[in-house]
Amino acid sequence: MSLPLFTTTEDPGPDFAGLIRRLRVPTHPLIGAGASTPAEGFRHGTTVVALRYADGVVMAGDRRATEGHAIAHRSMQKVFPADRYSAVAIAGAAGPAVEMVRLFQTQLEHYEKVEGVVLSLEGKANQLGQMVREHLPMAMQGLAVVPLFAGFDLARRTGRIFTYDVTGGHYEETEYNATGSGGRDARTTIKLGYRDGLERDAAVELAIQSLYEAADEDSATGGPDLIRGIYPLVATVTAGGFTAVEEDEVAERFASLIERRRTEGRQP
Amino acid sequence: MTMPYYVAPEQVMKDRAEYAQKGIARGRSLVASTYDQGIVIVADNPSRSLHKISEIYDRIAFAGVGKYNEFDQLRVSGIRHADTKGYAYSREDVEARSLANLYAQYLGQVFTHEMKPLEVEILVAELGTGLRPPQLYHIAYEGTITDEDRFAVLGGETEGIVAALETAWSATWDLSGALRAAVGALAGADRTLGAADLEVAVLAEGNGRRSFRRLVDDELVALLT
Repeated sequence: MSLPLFTTTEDPGPDFAGLIRRLRVPTHPLIGAGASTPAEGFRHGTTVVALRYADGVVMAGDRRATEGHAIAHRSMQKVFPADRYSAVAIAGAAGPAVEMVRLFQTQLEHYEKVEGVVLSLEGKANQLGQMVREHLPMAMQGLAVVPLFAGFDLARRTGRIFTYDVTGGHYEETEYNATGSGGRDARTTIKLGYRDGLERDAAVELAIQSLYEAADEDSATGGPDLIRGIYPLVATVTAGGFTAVEEDEVAERFASLIERRRTEGRQP
Repeated sequence: MTMPYYVAPEQVMKDRAEYAQKGIARGRSLVASTYDQGIVIVADNPSRSLHKISEIYDRIAFAGVGKYNEFDQLRVSGIRHADTKGYAYSREDVEARSLANLYAQYLGQVFTHEMKPLEVEILVAELGTGLRPPQLYHIAYEGTITDEDRFAVLGGETEGIVAALETAWSATWDLSGALRAAVGALAGADRTLGAADLEVAVLAEGNGRRSFRRLVDDELVALLT
């Protein structure tokens, strides 16, 4: 590796994706345009949710990755800190999704270091949209990546959520959203319990409930794995930044949820 | 037909070195020192937006003196190098030594081959780990690289500052102690420097993955008194 120096006309500025293209660092190759059927044998990730509450946003995701009908991985991470004040969650083809998150994280940090200021939350959301758009050819081959982006807007002092489609189009959500194969069930659960200005505990509880219901209905979404001790990942983003909710707290909430269901005689 | 004059190589190098030294001496100096929790870097710089000290990577910081546009270009290329390396390999594989060597090679090459040498002196600081002590790589305008494990002084006239730090330096001092000694050495006998005249940053444990942090406003004032 040599020192990456550019002439003023070719300088990529604070754009990390542009930089690695110029330096020819290998990224995901596009699959040949000849393939017409959706690709098989790739790992897929599943239900992720985000909802706003009084202090910011809660984001949560299950841990299961599937290959066709088989479980490929039981403890996959689908909720990531994008930077100090934002989080990104992924659904879709696991390989390119995790790679996209890594590129996105580096992109935000790179911008911050080169420019000396942090991108606005809207700027971050647009950046992620561009990455999803560039991924469209692979999405057409069946390797779609659909992220969910949420963060605390330091200028507006509020939590904000952005959802995406495979074309890179992104839409701001005022309350909550969920994506992935179990997203529909998760959304319905949140819809029933959502109120404006929820407290932190109530919001975390609602996120956990929504993942529980999604896992109950969707085969590709993993529920709490009590035997192995693997639980969905939950995180909050507030004025204090990204904070992962402790695994003990998540385990405790799932245990009491299950216990409640049992004593109330509800199914499940 | 005009013939080029013969100029002895010694003379060419001497002229270039003089030129670079003059450029660097026009600016103000900078001090970096280790302390019990990390590394503190202090620059005599009243500007709040044109920084001399910045973050390169999780445990690496950059500082430069001399011509701003020249060391800023080096700063950006350092960030690019580190981020690309961390992306292609892993975050653990990014280390200051290889970056310092790249800077030294580049500065050396410019000094011998280009019309004009770069009028800069730069510092690459790396926070230590359990296995490695903290390192300060000091790279001069002609590519000379020296590594320090106590303190480094960058700038034109540094003898006084080096002498002051040499007597004050202590392996066990805390942030406040290191900072006050560095500011005292930078100011010299006949000046005093307040929080508004200084740019200060630390590489320290306890800031999470990214150990670089700027000290500003009240926090800096409190540490200086």
